[in-house]
Amino acid sequence: MIRMTNPVDEKLVRSLRAGDVVHITGVIYTGRDAAHKRLCELLKKGEPLPIDVKNSVIYYVGPTPAKPGRAIGSAGPTSSYRMDPYAEPLMQQGLKVMVGKGSRSAEFKQLLQKYGAVYLSAIGGAAASISETIKKCEVVTYEDLGAEAIHRLEVEDFYAIVTYDSVGNDLFEQGVKKYRKA
Amino acid sequence: MRKIELAEVTAKIKDMFIDACENIPDNVLCTLKSAEKREESPLGREVIGKIVENDLLARDKRLPICQDTGVAVVMLTIGSEVVFEGDIYEAVNEGVRQAYTEGYLRKSVVRHPLDRVNTKDNTPAIVHVKIVPGDSFRIDVAPKGGGSENMSVVKMLIPADGVEGIKKLVLDTVYNAGGKPCPPVIVGLGIGGNFEKCALMAKEALFREIDDHSPDPIARKLEDELLEEINRLGVGPMGFGGTVTCLAVKVNTYPCHIASLPVAINIQCHAARHKTCTL
Repeated sequence: MIRMTNPVDEKLVRSLRAGDVVHITGVIYTGRDAAHKRLCELLKKGEPLPIDVKNSVIYYVGPTPAKPGRAIGSAGPTSSYRMDPYAEPLMQQGLKVMVGKGSRSAEFKQLLQKYGAVYLSAIGGAAASISETIKKCEVVTYEDLGAEAIHRLEVEDFYAIVTYDSVGNDLFEQGVKKYRKA
Repeated sequence: MRKIELAEVTAKIKDMFIDACENIPDNVLCTLKSAEKREESPLGREVIGKIVENDLLARDKRLPICQDTGVAVVMLTIGSEVVFEGDIYEAVNEGVRQAYTEGYLRKSVVRHPLDRVNTKDNTPAIVHVKIVPGDSFRIDVAPKGGGSENMSVVKMLIPADGVEGIKKLVLDTVYNAGGKPCPPVIVGLGIGGNFEKCALMAKEALFREIDDHSPDPIARKLEDELLEEINRLGVGPMGFGGTVTCLAVKVNTYPCHIASLPVAINIQCHAARHKTCTL
């Protein structure tokens, strides 16, 4: 088991390999389609971002509203490929870890090698269990986006699997090749 | 004639959606547990184990199983002797509104596909109505997630494509979707009818119980063969590789044009949430 805290250690990120299980403890940011669009529009205009993405973790999630007494609602990963068009500008700013689910483009995989970043998967649909590892949640910006706003999460032992590493390995490809019987 | 109060429909719809989001059906849970035993990949077994753990936790603590509490799909089977005083669609939407705003469910509907402004109460629902003889009234609901819906396909095949053409389309669709629709999935197939009919049949197929079988021997054979062939693809739980990619295949059919072989594939994630009630 590999432990990761923030800001993430660049050497640790580069040493991760597809298939490794990582437990993240510390601060991570949430963002999905609408928030990514806004962040990239700011960068295009040369304006500063509302969050410091350098050596940080972005988790692609739009949680349900928190029930009374809970830090956050159910909070499983959303499909990551929709964020592919926004990935490079954020990696240029130093983003090192992205967490979501499902496969992404070949171009995205190459960008990970270029910027020394990784793509992790959380378990899709395990949203109630994942919410138990999120201890604190606050909106940072884009409150008008509701579930799609950027949230700052404090997590403890957040479980994720290294899916694409920074040297070109792809867990999906490796796994499917191993078990394909057709 | 039998009069049904719309307020009763609204209350029922509200309860059913909250319950569906938090409470996985027993037969889905059983199917997942046996899939965990059958899965050959250690990581795949770990993933299914975490899914089962999640579903039990959600049930125990009354939390949504998945943060994507979906678009509200409602199928009404209305006896022709039933009367409603007022707008049944509005009664359904009011139930959805109350479920999603009062039940801590995520609002995932935008008012227009291009301006994309959230309606903030998850309405409108997608409502399908079927009229049957008698005075019965049945409600089926499913919160349908976007990840698996996005991997669904409608294709107009030609008769010469036959069973082999249908199988190839299904296998390609599931393989190419990989981990995106949150496998292990359930595949709903609508074969025949026409362009819109096959899509609706594929959705109706997903409303069937996970452990039932088609009474039609041709459809049943296709269900069994496709389930085995999909599970040979190697996609596995969440796409990480494995021998359990699909939990069940459901095939619904309808007569069609001599020139056509319409096929719709509707994909359902492992969080196969639905509820049924008869009023």
